[in-house]
Amino acid sequence: MGLGGWETPLPNLDTTAPVQRVALIDYGSGNVRSVERALAEAAQRAGLAADVRLTRDPGFVAEADAIVLPGQGAFAACMSALSADAPLLAAMTEAVRGKRTPFLGICVGMQLLMTKGLEHGEHAGLGWIGGVCHVLQTTERLPHMGWNAVTPTRRHAVLDGLVPQRHMVFMHSYVVEPDSADAIVATADYGASFACAIARDNMIGVQFHPEKSQAAGLDLLARFLAWRPA
Amino acid sequence: MTLAARIIPCLDVKDGRVVKGVNFVGLRDAGDPAELAALYDSQGADEICFLDISASVEGRGALLDAVKRTAERCFTPLTVGGGVRTPNDVKALLAAGADKVSINTAAIQTPEVINEASAAFGAQCIVVAIDAKQTAPGRWEIFTHGGRRETGIDAVAFAQEAAERGAGELLVTSMDRDGVKSGYDLDLLRQITEKVRVPIIASGGAGSLQHLVEAITIGRASAALAASIFHFGTHSLGEARAALAAAGVPVRTVA
Repeated sequence: MGLGGWETPLPNLDTTAPVQRVALIDYGSGNVRSVERALAEAAQRAGLAADVRLTRDPGFVAEADAIVLPGQGAFAACMSALSADAPLLAAMTEAVRGKRTPFLGICVGMQLLMTKGLEHGEHAGLGWIGGVCHVLQTTERLPHMGWNAVTPTRRHAVLDGLVPQRHMVFMHSYVVEPDSADAIVATADYGASFACAIARDNMIGVQFHPEKSQAAGLDLLARFLAWRPA
Repeated sequence: MTLAARIIPCLDVKDGRVVKGVNFVGLRDAGDPAELAALYDSQGADEICFLDISASVEGRGALLDAVKRTAERCFTPLTVGGGVRTPNDVKALLAAGADKVSINTAAIQTPEVINEASAAFGAQCIVVAIDAKQTAPGRWEIFTHGGRRETGIDAVAFAQEAAERGAGELLVTSMDRDGVKSGYDLDLLRQITEKVRVPIIASGGAGSLQHLVEAITIGRASAALAASIFHFGTHSLGEARAALAAAGVPVRTVA
């Protein structure tokens, strides 16, 4: 695939490997079709065989090779929609926390990784990465809408090769603040610097929308699909 | 601040077809919104906008189909407006693949729909479209139904109300300038951008690259929406980005 301005090519991929099962968690969040399409497109462009499924089937989630949690709207609404499907949440938790299946959270799907969210009151999150989700402290206009530059702050396989100042699409007012600065892998600047990508172990979350960020976003998704966390 | 100013090509769609003629060579079907959107996507459009002017149920169905086909091929934000009356209309468009939905007449007639849609889907996907005409020096009023019906509502005051009710963006169209190509109504934009904190999309009047620049630098808009200058190939999106960059406006790098 075209590198779209990325510095390093994707690692050599074994395209004869078995089809990767990608579980895109279906819990009623808006515009998940775009994420589904972008994952399939990213896989195709990178020559990866992927079976991307929008699913709420605990069995598929348990067996998946990668899990993607999208999210749109308010923190509490997303968390309660996710919690309402107990078997799905249990399967996802076991896969990500027990089996260490590679996990990508997008926008609110990333914010839910935090211990708590402060949008419309205080609400518990998944707590898989300690921290809090709060409104972006800035004097600029909110919501933060459009293409902003992303700066990697430390190396990570999914962001590797991301040229500093590469633009990605943002559509949000809330941001995450992990307890440990080590969890931050990229920042963006909007009147103030904030964490726009966080990672720990087999989990990575991005505040921006790779599925809406043209070639740069598809490249990131391909790197996620190719990611084999230690 | 490194947020890039956005340039948004806008397509008027009726019964699933692009209304105003579009002058592009090499397109298989220049009347297909999805085909045009894919072209703009490939040119690095920061966002794409469809405004539906269908009046029939069949037209709405055709629009949803066009949105679906666009979302299949375009990996850039898509805003869709026109005829959106209820949270269910918003939901249908989001489900079809729109990232943001613009509410126009209904937002004026029943402003509670802004609160409801914002609470249900998040402010980031709710755009309120304000069509305004200048009625006196320093005063603009809102017109609905494509500019045919006057409401007597002060456009600047309503912009503030819409933002308070949960709109994540305002699409501000000058009905005086729409189609005239004499430039955006910069006074109107300034009035609104000074009083409202959500991002403003400037619309109505773009006839040159300089107009796009002025919408951002003088009007203080976050985005400039334009139709004919792109559709007729007067200017490319690349030229628009270069003009903004030359004026010192942050733009994104397009691969």
